Amino acid sequence: MMQTRSKKNAWLAFLAVLAFLALIFVLDQIIKPTDRLGMLLIVLQKGAVYALAAVSMNLLNGYTGLFSLGHAGFMLLGAYTYAIFTIPDKSRDAVYQYYDAAVRFSIPEQLSRHMGGFGTALGILIALILAGAVAALLAWLIGLPVLRLKSDYLAIATLGFAEIIRALFQWSKLGPITNGSNLLKNFARASKFKLEIAGAKLSLSTFVPVLIATVSITLIVLIVNSTYGRAFKAIRDDEIAAEAMGINLAKHKMIAFVTSSFFAGVSGATLAMVLSIAQANNFKSAMTYEILLMVVLGGIGSITGSVIGSFLFVAASEWWLRGLDSGKFLGIEAPNIFRNGFRLVVFSVIIMIVVLFFRQGIMGEKELPDLFRKKKKTPAKEAES
Amino acid sequence: MNVLKTTLPYIISGISVGGQYALIAIGYTMVYGILRLINFAHGDVFMVAGLMMVYLAASLPLYLAIPLVILLTVLLGFTIERVAYKPLRTAPRMSVMISAIGVSYLLQNLALYITGGLNKNYPQIPWISDRISIFGMETSRVTVITPFLTIILVIVLVQLINHTKIGMAMRAVSRDFETSQLMGIQINRVISATFIIGTFLAAVGSILFFTNYPGVVPTSGAMPGLKAFVAAVFGGIGSIPGAVIGAFIIGVAESVIKGLDTILVVNGVISEQIGLATFSDAFTFVLLIIILVFKPTGLFGEKSTDKV
Amino acid sequence: MKKVLSLALALIMVFSLCSFSAYADNPVVKIGVFEPQSGDNGAGGKQEILGMQYAYHLTPTVEIDGTTYDVELVYADNASSNDKAPTAAQTLISNGVSLVLGSYGSGVSIAASDTFDAAGVPAIGVTCTNPQVTAGCDVYFRICFLDPFQGTVLANFAKSELGATKAYCLAKQGDDYSGGLCNYFIEAFGKDNCVYEQFPEGTSDYSTYITNAQNQGCNVFFSPVSTEAAAQIIAKADTQALGMPILAGDTWDSNVILQAAKGTNVKICVTTFYQEGANADFDAGIKAWINSDATAKANNGGNDELAAVTVMGYDAYYMALEALKAAGSTDPEKVLEVLPSVSYEGVTGKIAFDDIGDALRDSAFVKECNTETGVWDFVSVATVG
Repeated sequence: MMQTRSKKNAWLAFLAVLAFLALIFVLDQIIKPTDRLGMLLIVLQKGAVYALAAVSMNLLNGYTGLFSLGHAGFMLLGAYTYAIFTIPDKSRDAVYQYYDAAVRFSIPEQLSRHMGGFGTALGILIALILAGAVAALLAWLIGLPVLRLKSDYLAIATLGFAEIIRALFQWSKLGPITNGSNLLKNFARASKFKLEIAGAKLSLSTFVPVLIATVSITLIVLIVNSTYGRAFKAIRDDEIAAEAMGINLAKHKMIAFVTSSFFAGVSGATLAMVLSIAQANNFKSAMTYEILLMVVLGGIGSITGSVIGSFLFVAASEWWLRGLDSGKFLGIEAPNIFRNGFRLVVFSVIIMIVVLFFRQGIMGEKELPDLFRKKKKTPAKEAES
Repeated sequence: MNVLKTTLPYIISGISVGGQYALIAIGYTMVYGILRLINFAHGDVFMVAGLMMVYLAASLPLYLAIPLVILLTVLLGFTIERVAYKPLRTAPRMSVMISAIGVSYLLQNLALYITGGLNKNYPQIPWISDRISIFGMETSRVTVITPFLTIILVIVLVQLINHTKIGMAMRAVSRDFETSQLMGIQINRVISATFIIGTFLAAVGSILFFTNYPGVVPTSGAMPGLKAFVAAVFGGIGSIPGAVIGAFIIGVAESVIKGLDTILVVNGVISEQIGLATFSDAFTFVLLIIILVFKPTGLFGEKSTDKV
Repeated sequence: MKKVLSLALALIMVFSLCSFSAYADNPVVKIGVFEPQSGDNGAGGKQEILGMQYAYHLTPTVEIDGTTYDVELVYADNASSNDKAPTAAQTLISNGVSLVLGSYGSGVSIAASDTFDAAGVPAIGVTCTNPQVTAGCDVYFRICFLDPFQGTVLANFAKSELGATKAYCLAKQGDDYSGGLCNYFIEAFGKDNCVYEQFPEGTSDYSTYITNAQNQGCNVFFSPVSTEAAAQIIAKADTQALGMPILAGDTWDSNVILQAAKGTNVKICVTTFYQEGANADFDAGIKAWINSDATAKANNGGNDELAAVTVMGYDAYYMALEALKAAGSTDPEKVLEVLPSVSYEGVTGKIAFDDIGDALRDSAFVKECNTETGVWDFVSVATVG
């Protein structure tokens, strides 16, 4: 009985995700950047990236109880790996304008020579996985010393590592690889993703980032629901008890840290794809804090919460509250109050309110399907009594 | 001799920065010692103190502006503790830390709004920003007096902690939070006093720091704040002399690394610049990780029952 | 309570969507202003906007294809940050602008060029001098000279006029303006005679760099950095008795520098686009306007001393009007089509584009700061050839 039910739920979830992707695909075709709704596409793209980043952080901070603040560092690794390996040959010298580029092949370009358009797509996929893998590898190396540390010491140590990575990538001696502190551009980016079927050009610039985020988040959900996920939660709730139950603490913490960093790397790569630039200077600890606040907004320990939190965060800061910065909001004109920066003040006040008074965030530890289930359950209970 | 001559200016400016970090670090170490909280907003309080000075000095004479800035900063620190940390006293440690990050985000955005995101020039304070010449190098007077002022303040603070009632209460609370509560110590008073002392020193530190480097932007506090925290960990969290020594070491290291290329080139070790200055901030964190891995209690930290 | 919060956010969204106001009788043509109003280049960006606002003040309408249009300037703050630039650009595009002016600072222009390109909206750079802005981007044009030119002029000036033999070059890490200009300066001056260093973002301590220059026995200090950093460098140069002239590019032609340098013992020379006094009528007009408008005066740093970027902003606005007239339409596509052939006789000289989209400019003004009176003294007109 239980099994058929969860199977049914899984199918329902799967169909819902498919419908969502189809909707995004359609939106991608009907909305042009020059439309008034053009911002919706940007919000969807960035929202998807941050949703993935937030969910991967939640896997660590919310599910395993490891408070890490190194997310921006892993995203940086992902963004750079992706960018470096997808810059086409002909723009390489223009991008590395002050250095002699050391990496001289682009994965999508090489593959497209043999396989055409499919090769490009495959190349981008490989570059994405590579981006995650590089982040995961470094996470493993960092994890060896720092995962022994507890709570706030772990937080400050991972924060420190992120800063060290950032400095390293800006070092002029690594210029041939990283382009020093200058920005990387012209790599495979979302605004150029198009599908040509029978002469019709279909835009994929929003669809692809959303697809990447959806697939990755689905994978994280599968991990959370596996035995590993249960072990993570056990560690979060009580380390000593978990160890007594036979859970290998060091191993499971490492798995959580590496997995989380892998997806952080992928989200960094997708961010570069969406912004069409990558620069080490943008991956400051402030970025980690913002992602953390998205997780808190959505509810620590809820994956759908993190997704909703990120989309709300991005939409509010990039789109809905823009009026607060430009003198006019909700039809009220007050250029002296609604001037540059007011949006962020309002926004941080909202966040402080959530942090102090709604500590559970929007979803608490619940997931979206739980909300529907509860509604169905209540009348059934009444009938029983 | 040549080595000494080329290195000396960096060491002197490093000692000065170190003194300023030390004043911030004390706030971190005291708060952490009692609440086990990394007060991420402490660096931003330091920045706000700088901004208040900019605005107050524009309309008030300095002899009024300086005490007022210190008073307002202390009030800010007190308020932050009451509003953002006190309601979360029974919550998990992660929640309090998130709240601290939230406060830091709020203060930075508030500063961005008020300044319009523009750099604000810190007012010149007569006498301490005057130009002087020591050992044949030109610098400002604040560079020289900072370390002495820092040490004087630390001595006063240590006396306060060792010989007054509130100081004794602080030591008791940081040793054992719950027991001291049972012994009748008013925890909230002690915590408030800690925040007041911490922000007072941060305000003094901010006056010295911004007189030396006279530009205030909303993110001015973030890096000095983090470095001061690292200094506190380095010296052993909870230990005031430890934090001060840690801060001086970090300040000097940072300054020397910025000039390391030049020192090496001038003394013929390397033939051209290799860009080591990029690591002046990162080095602080390297130091942090080394100390956390090999001696988690810091240089002077007491062995705590809390396994780190 | 959570529901209340989400409801409130939803309401905010609905209101902001329907809060668009009705317009006046004339049809409106929108010109986007893509400038930094906060961050490192905030002060410079505001001065550039000032020129556009003055031009708008004089000519608020434009006749396109027989119809009189009201011009509306639409602002987006790129916050001097490369990662915020694409979204700022997208807000302008979604707002339906016909073309875009800006930006001050090259990095943000490079970062946003892809976004403008994808939407097909033309952009006219005002003072972004890095070659990468227009290279490889079909929609970006600019009215200022380029770094290779400016760098060579400065290097020649340092050698022949200042008699310098060893130069200390200081740029901001990851900043395309200062990094690019230093690179071309070093190329022209000779790599072996230059010491090149970069300071990270958020640097407050410039005294070390002054010490470095002194220790290495340099005799010219080249630091084409933002005016914010400049003010502090000048202050430190004075306290530490730098003992060599400071040289910089067009960004330093600003009253921020004059204020910082007044009463100090530092020699400062810059290259720039415009010499105050070259057009007396224009100078008098804009000064009267700045003095009559408190906000404008505050944005100009509290006095009526003209910055070259303000004059460039003024010319850029009229260039935009010329383009709209020539296109005979407000459609970005049409404007883009005619833009390469548009020319205009501006206050800073004749403006026309070459095939890449760069301005045909072959001379720069060299000025020296008079530290007693706090004004710029004219030195020479420099050309390369």
